Amino acid sequence: MNPHLPWEAEVVERIQESPTIFTLRLRLVDEEARKAYRFAPGQFNMVYLYGAGEVPISIASDPQDTNLLGHTIRAVGRVTEGLSRLATGERLGLRGPYGRGWPLAEAEGKDIVVVTGGLGCAPVVGVINYIIMRRERFGRLTVIQGVKHAEELIWRERYAYWNTLPDTQVLLAADHGGPLWPWHVGLVTEVFDQMEIAPERTVAMMCGPEGMMRAAVRNLTERGLAEDSIYLSMERNMQCAIGQCGHCQFGASFICRQGPVFAYFRIKELLGVRGF
Amino acid sequence: MLEGAPEVSRVFLPRVALQRLLDALAGSGFRCVGPRLKEGVIVYEALTETVALPQGVHDRQAPGECRVEEISSPRQFAWANGPQALKPFLFAPREVLWRVVRDAEGRLAFREVQPDVKPIAVIGVRACDLAALALQDKHFLGGEYPDPAYAKRRENLFIVAVHCSHPAATCFCVSTGDGPRATHGFDIALSELDDGFVAEAGSVRGKVLLDALGCSAAAAEQIAQAEDEIAHAARAQSRRLPGRNLRDALFANLEHPRWEEVAERCLSCGNCTSVCPTCFCSSESEQPSLDGGDAEHSREWDSCFTRGHSYIHGVVVRSDSRTRYRQWLTHKLGSWHEQYGRSGCVGCGRCVTWCPTGIDITEEATAICGGAPL
Repeated sequence: MNPHLPWEAEVVERIQESPTIFTLRLRLVDEEARKAYRFAPGQFNMVYLYGAGEVPISIASDPQDTNLLGHTIRAVGRVTEGLSRLATGERLGLRGPYGRGWPLAEAEGKDIVVVTGGLGCAPVVGVINYIIMRRERFGRLTVIQGVKHAEELIWRERYAYWNTLPDTQVLLAADHGGPLWPWHVGLVTEVFDQMEIAPERTVAMMCGPEGMMRAAVRNLTERGLAEDSIYLSMERNMQCAIGQCGHCQFGASFICRQGPVFAYFRIKELLGVRGF
Repeated sequence: MLEGAPEVSRVFLPRVALQRLLDALAGSGFRCVGPRLKEGVIVYEALTETVALPQGVHDRQAPGECRVEEISSPRQFAWANGPQALKPFLFAPREVLWRVVRDAEGRLAFREVQPDVKPIAVIGVRACDLAALALQDKHFLGGEYPDPAYAKRRENLFIVAVHCSHPAATCFCVSTGDGPRATHGFDIALSELDDGFVAEAGSVRGKVLLDALGCSAAAAEQIAQAEDEIAHAARAQSRRLPGRNLRDALFANLEHPRWEEVAERCLSCGNCTSVCPTCFCSSESEQPSLDGGDAEHSREWDSCFTRGHSYIHGVVVRSDSRTRYRQWLTHKLGSWHEQYGRSGCVGCGRCVTWCPTGIDITEEATAICGGAPL
């Protein structure tokens, strides 16, 4: 079997989340492939647009339902803009899942802090939903997200809903708020003070701009969180997703194979060094 | 070395018998490829007659320079190496990975593309390129997703190595531990003398082929001369890397001013990565047909010196030559140790010779790592 070969998939549902962000819910056409497909939150697929090419997209839906695979995508390049124009029933290609996801087995029974920034929320929304649906298996859940402009935040009602759940705290921050922004205005790191954290039983998961993640790591380690309890989802150019094309290397790590989710101590040497 | 053999028996192949070796390979179904002098450089091309070998030809290599000159010698391998290695024979510079057909309803059918692979015998492979082959094998075959096209070509490769007796000024395989003697990965290895070759088998099929040529055992003085020439080739090398494992020294010096300085000379042209026998990066692209009914999905060699290599949703991670050269060198001499258990450099010197501005990897590594001991 050629590992580069995609399967055919069908767009079952298309949801416009914001002017540039959309979600495609995809179903593998081949029944055997669909039955054999398994994934873990934090893993990604290579999504192929006919005539254009492939892009790595993290799987945002719940791993229990492998019939419909949710991919939340920002239209930013040639392939993703083309994907944004697909309608229900149209066909594309899909292969995966690839990489290592979030450390959910290790995180069971522990408190969870999820930190995201910018538009990088898609990979962690999957894990937040996963925890919410299995709430009894985890301790306290804290969701922290920063955005530049309040109107950039997608799924605003979901954050508000999560905040009503027991033992769950949502802390949002926007550099620029607005008249109807009930959350913090300012840097996301400023809301860390409002979080209640028991560092010895907490696992942090984060995703977003690397500057934000570094600031969040600093903040969390100052509060006593161990470096091997902090996990980051990384992104780099990716052509093959199977460790061959060389594009996603981050130092010695192939993000597609050893990542995209890394324990902080594994990548801290180069995190924040411009050019890696 | 041949497994189970108490000692390697070496035979003497008179120069005229080399043709018999080519014929025997052709008779076994191999297409022979060997060094030919073409447009001023030595390249690998189809080889059916030994008269086409670059006889009486020597190469003079220096940073940014390669000139071949005629010498008065009957020898056919009195040169170091051309710009190609084995890489293009296994990791194709460009190839179609798969094809997709779209029907009138928009349904997609993905089709595998079987590479057209014929058995190839490469004549004249150097020790550095055998070391590079072992590294490319690890990269393309050693992981969870072995590359099927590479694997198929690899299974169909026969290697006739030639121990290096004429290293170029740019060679430094002694300092990387990869030459000048070919020690593994060949079917047959030759040492060239004026009147012929001392030959040894490195595989069972190599031995079968050599035995069939009916050559007599090499004389002690022939073997001694062959050994002398290899030893001399080792001593003749003046370039060296400042250590076998520069991983820590490089990553401790990521802000060294030398990166800025070398970037002023580097054109980010990617010649070094093209001629490097271990560089493995590729990018993928799509070629839709004019009628829109099908498309081909291909990959081709890419280079960490291109802008597209580090492009990610609107941002170029490595936007200047400083960060691109640093990526290349820290990977080649540093990260390879963690990825594949050794340096990614085999000391072939091609990146030095074929750099249009003559940037010398040994000089840059020494400047940045401060001459760490071997």
